[in-house]
Amino acid sequence: MSKRKLKESSAESAECISQVQKILRERFCHHCAAGELFGMEQQYRHLLELLKRTTVHGESNSALIIGPRGSGKTALLNHVLKDLREMKQVRENLLEVHLNGNCQFFIKNPFLSGLLQTNDKVALKEITRQLQLENVVGDKVFGSFAENLAFLLEALRKGDRTSSCPILFVLDEFDLFVHHKNQTLLYNLFDISQSAQTPVTVIGLTCRQDILELLEKRVKSRFSHRQIYLMNSFDFKEYIKIFKKQLSLPAEFPDESFAQKWNNNVQHLSEDKTVQDVLQNLFHHTKDLRSLHLLLMLAGSAVTVHHPLLTAADLQEAGRQHSTDSKANIVHGLSVLEICLIIAMKHLNEVYDGEPFNFQMVYNEFQKFIQRKAHSMYNFEKPVVMKAFEHLLQLELVQPLERPLARAQREYLLMKLLLDSSQIMNALQVYPNCPTDVKQWATSSLSWL
Amino acid sequence: MNTRQQSKLIYSWYGKPLSSDRKLRTFQYKGILITSESSKTETCIQLGDFILVEGVNADQPYVAQLVDLYEDGAQHKRAVVQWFCRLEEIPQNKRKLLKREISAQEVFFDQVLGYDTDIAAETIIKSIMVLPLHLGEELPIITLNKEQTFYVRQSWDGKCFKVLSPDTFSKLKEANKKRGVITNSSKAFISSDILTPVKKETENVVRSATKPKNADMEIESKHSTSKSSLAKERHSQRVANNDIKTPTARKKLELNSPTRSKGRLLGYEVLGLLDDGCDAIAPLEPSALKRKVKFTSEILGSPPKIPCSNDKSKSTSETAEHHQRSSDIMRLSPYTKVKDFSEKDKHLPEKDDILSLVGYQKPSRQSPVLTPRSRRTCAQKTSALIAQHISLLKSHGKLAAEEDFLSGSDSSYSSSSEEEEDDDVPCTPENKTKSSRIFSTPKSSRKSAVHTPAKTPKKTGTPRTPRTPRHATPEIPRRVQAAQEPASVLEEARLRLHVSAIPESLPCREEEFQDIYNFVESKLIDGTGGCMYISGVPGTGKTATVHEVIRCLQQAAENEELPPFQFVEINGMKLTDPHQAYVQILEFLTGQKVTATHAAVLLAKLFSTPGPKRKTTVLIVDELDLLWTRKQNVMYNLFDWPTQKHSKLIILAIANTMDLPERIMMNRVASRLGLTRMSFQPYTYKQLQQIVSSRLKGVKAFEEDAVQLVSRKVAALSGDARRCLDICRRATEICEFSLQKRDLEIVRMAHVTEAIDEMFSSPYVSAIRNASLHEQILLKAILAEFRRAGVEEATVQQIYHHYVALCRVEGLQSPTVSEIMAVCSRLSACRLLLVEASNKYLQMRVRLNLSQDDVMYALREE
Repeated sequence: MSKRKLKESSAESAECISQVQKILRERFCHHCAAGELFGMEQQYRHLLELLKRTTVHGESNSALIIGPRGSGKTALLNHVLKDLREMKQVRENLLEVHLNGNCQFFIKNPFLSGLLQTNDKVALKEITRQLQLENVVGDKVFGSFAENLAFLLEALRKGDRTSSCPILFVLDEFDLFVHHKNQTLLYNLFDISQSAQTPVTVIGLTCRQDILELLEKRVKSRFSHRQIYLMNSFDFKEYIKIFKKQLSLPAEFPDESFAQKWNNNVQHLSEDKTVQDVLQNLFHHTKDLRSLHLLLMLAGSAVTVHHPLLTAADLQEAGRQHSTDSKANIVHGLSVLEICLIIAMKHLNEVYDGEPFNFQMVYNEFQKFIQRKAHSMYNFEKPVVMKAFEHLLQLELVQPLERPLARAQREYLLMKLLLDSSQIMNALQVYPNCPTDVKQWATSSLSWL
Repeated sequence: MNTRQQSKLIYSWYGKPLSSDRKLRTFQYKGILITSESSKTETCIQLGDFILVEGVNADQPYVAQLVDLYEDGAQHKRAVVQWFCRLEEIPQNKRKLLKREISAQEVFFDQVLGYDTDIAAETIIKSIMVLPLHLGEELPIITLNKEQTFYVRQSWDGKCFKVLSPDTFSKLKEANKKRGVITNSSKAFISSDILTPVKKETENVVRSATKPKNADMEIESKHSTSKSSLAKERHSQRVANNDIKTPTARKKLELNSPTRSKGRLLGYEVLGLLDDGCDAIAPLEPSALKRKVKFTSEILGSPPKIPCSNDKSKSTSETAEHHQRSSDIMRLSPYTKVKDFSEKDKHLPEKDDILSLVGYQKPSRQSPVLTPRSRRTCAQKTSALIAQHISLLKSHGKLAAEEDFLSGSDSSYSSSSEEEEDDDVPCTPENKTKSSRIFSTPKSSRKSAVHTPAKTPKKTGTPRTPRTPRHATPEIPRRVQAAQEPASVLEEARLRLHVSAIPESLPCREEEFQDIYNFVESKLIDGTGGCMYISGVPGTGKTATVHEVIRCLQQAAENEELPPFQFVEINGMKLTDPHQAYVQILEFLTGQKVTATHAAVLLAKLFSTPGPKRKTTVLIVDELDLLWTRKQNVMYNLFDWPTQKHSKLIILAIANTMDLPERIMMNRVASRLGLTRMSFQPYTYKQLQQIVSSRLKGVKAFEEDAVQLVSRKVAALSGDARRCLDICRRATEICEFSLQKRDLEIVRMAHVTEAIDEMFSSPYVSAIRNASLHEQILLKAILAEFRRAGVEEATVQQIYHHYVALCRVEGLQSPTVSEIMAVCSRLSACRLLLVEASNKYLQMRVRLNLSQDDVMYALREE
């Protein structure tokens, strides 16, 4: 009886947990879609006004949204666009006169990403496709680059402020468009935005602060110099608030009691000292909300039926994972021989003050160690050592200075170690079953004296 | 042109030369045989036939009526035509004057001045039908040869459409009827031999009738037929020989020759007129004038080949010439009849001629023994007849091959040629008077008022018939709801301050405007070509000024103060490749779409040959520096064309740098660009202030001081007017933003200062201040490493040691290498740091993208 009850409740909670996981996953993985905006009210208003004027008055504009990665540029834009569309609908409900006008009034926004549209040719085709101009066949655009450009420009030139549908161009990764030949696309877009043609608004998203210096002088002159900076300018208190908001369940969560419990737990967590330390550490490293999402994602994945609520330990573990050194992790998986080679390289680095070395030098160093401590180490053949060295090369723990030539002997290729001595020492500390002699050798190359 | 490509065509004369000019070795013929090599078919086209002529656009051959055929001294086959123009050739903005639907087969009787009517005979494609219709009349339903049948209802004189004058109408009709009759009745191939006696007869009549005026007539009639330069020469020599005219008058006639009808129209009184108008007209045909002045030998004007001997025709040349003269006089008659002089004298021969011709050629037909007047009255009847003939023709055509049909109908034209020429007469006085009106000879303008009804402005220089792609029209969907008009003062101001807003005038560029205007205007009037190079930093109003000039010139051309011109604009930035410039220019001019290399060839041909129907082209080349190629052939060609004699091309080249010709152009290109240069200086603060306040005229939105602040700031930085306007616009937004309803809506200093700060402040400092703690520590570590090494570059490994030490000082957990790498890459994404590719890991070199002082300043404040 009690068993069945327990089963029931566990089934119930399993559902809850999967719900929670779903919500959190959506929140953290599709970060820009529904995420709320933090600390950018002014920028939001600026952008909203700008786009509103474009839609309502048909005023052409151009603006750049500049901010470091993860500062919410796309989120801001998405929010503005969402609100703009909603606002139209709101007004449609309020004023019947505008019904047709508003519901059929639409902005088309070619979302161009600099990573996808690698040159103007592709970008143009994409614009034409998204605008559904008449030379689009099905979902494809044919014809040469020149034809397409002429066609698009002709189309845009024909429009005017009062009668044409305004177009919003969103150029994601704006800095990559700058490198297109002659900046043809940018010139044309900005030129249209500065002339009495179809009203267009060009919004560029970029993380580069020096973007204006990259624009060609003619392009720069045509750009309106509106820059919206997103700076992540919140402090730690707000960061904690964001943490709480990101983690807490919404009011419309089906199981209210569970949501209550969950939210209380989150509140509790945010006051926990260890959690605050973890967050503080992350905050000191980066104010990027995406890394917070990543951290919460790592922690959130620990939530199961048997472990329904997040604990401080989860977060701590996630924080630790988040900050581990990747190269040091690789070192943990190396064989003793390989560790020995790395230690030999470390000593060479110390002796020659960071000058490059080759395999032969490393081998000699290793031989010296073997000769001293012959009892503790098996004397490997040179080809075996070579193989181990090549494995390190593959793991990119060492890197050749120049490209290996077919003719050159592998033993004498100059190499550099890509690990810092502190990394090696730290890795050795946690290396399981490390021979004591090797550890001693690692601390000092002169330990045999 | 595509017909051309299919098979090679051989052009040969039909029959013997009708008349010849010994001096110039020209021979006139009645017809031309076009033999197709591949299909072994022969087509005979005779005077008076309607023909298709190769145009610049292969799809749209020109429609014309053959008026004269002759072989010039260099044995080039030439033809003189009366043009018809298609709807496509009429500027878009004029088409609406028509107020009705036009079928594809409808053409307009072309009375536009200035088209060259002298063409190479090789450009004739084939013969067609052109049927005159009354305005209200329905199109006859024609199933056969639809492609080759055109209708003409109205005439087009470059300014307005008019109903065909009864003369023209009846003559067109006559031409068709003859053709129809002959083909119907017998398909007889009427040789010129039969005709000659007739003509001789009429010639005698004419001579006797017009004796008193003969001398002048001779000249004028001669003149009227002369269309080519060669013909002109011939004419001038004749004049010289006869020694009748004063030199001025001779020159006069010479100049007028392209309009073809001057002499015909005016008779004695024209001389007086022309003397008056001489100076005014002179610039119109400078090339002709020059030629006249320079050369006196026989080979003038035409390609300088030695004419071969024409012995066999010499004997007949005298009579032929006489005959030619007389026929010219006959052609004159219908018109002069309208005029008040020599009516009786000329009316008679005209009648005789028609009568006799008709009598000889169409003995079986009952109809057209008509005087011009009666023709006019019974136009309706004849049109019905023509319709019959056409339907008959159709039924014939079904049986016979098309070539047969064509040649048969062509043969019929041997008789109608003279009437065809009559057709031209009514139109030509209008041309004539128009031209004289343009050049403000008061007398002739009065005359024109008599003969031509009120005209709407003539063809302007707008690009002809904007091309529509074959299956797609470039268009952005219309917005459903109309754009809101500005409601408040600030909104109004913002609208006016937008760079795209077109101000009524361009303040502070009056001088430059005048210079460019004068340059283009003078070239337009001279009918020559030329280049001008305009330079200036961005945002100094180069393009705006040039566009304003073009607008004014178009206005002037519309008001007939200037000859009409075509305006083409290309922009180096809007081309994907420099060679696309050819494609775009050609497309603007002709609507053709071809590849770049082909376009270059076509354009070179276009600008190097005296093309028919071509106006002066004004070409604006914006962002010239982008047309640079390694061989510079695009620039070379662009600047070479205007130097050609017949190019009629004026180029305004715009670029940013003043020394562009010296810097990037080869000597031969720079030399062709010439020395006509102009540079736009950056605006001074006073000018900027004036620009802003002129735009804000009547709107009290800005404090005077605020405008001045913006102007001074921008003038100090760049002098870019766009920047100035943008700042002002932003200031209005900020003002609106901070507005609390109760405030007076006016932009103050504070708003402007904020806008300026927003636009010009360096983003780096605030970016650093808002960076995370570790990012700031990394920057500090970098500074420390730089100071230690004395080099502004360090590897991550070097920085790492400082970094760890700094963290220890701050009491932070010492970071791992992965973390410092992450921080590094974040900062480099913002371009606060410049780093190498990250696969070098610890060996990655790092540099600051801003000065150390800036970093220190940004870090110290905290």
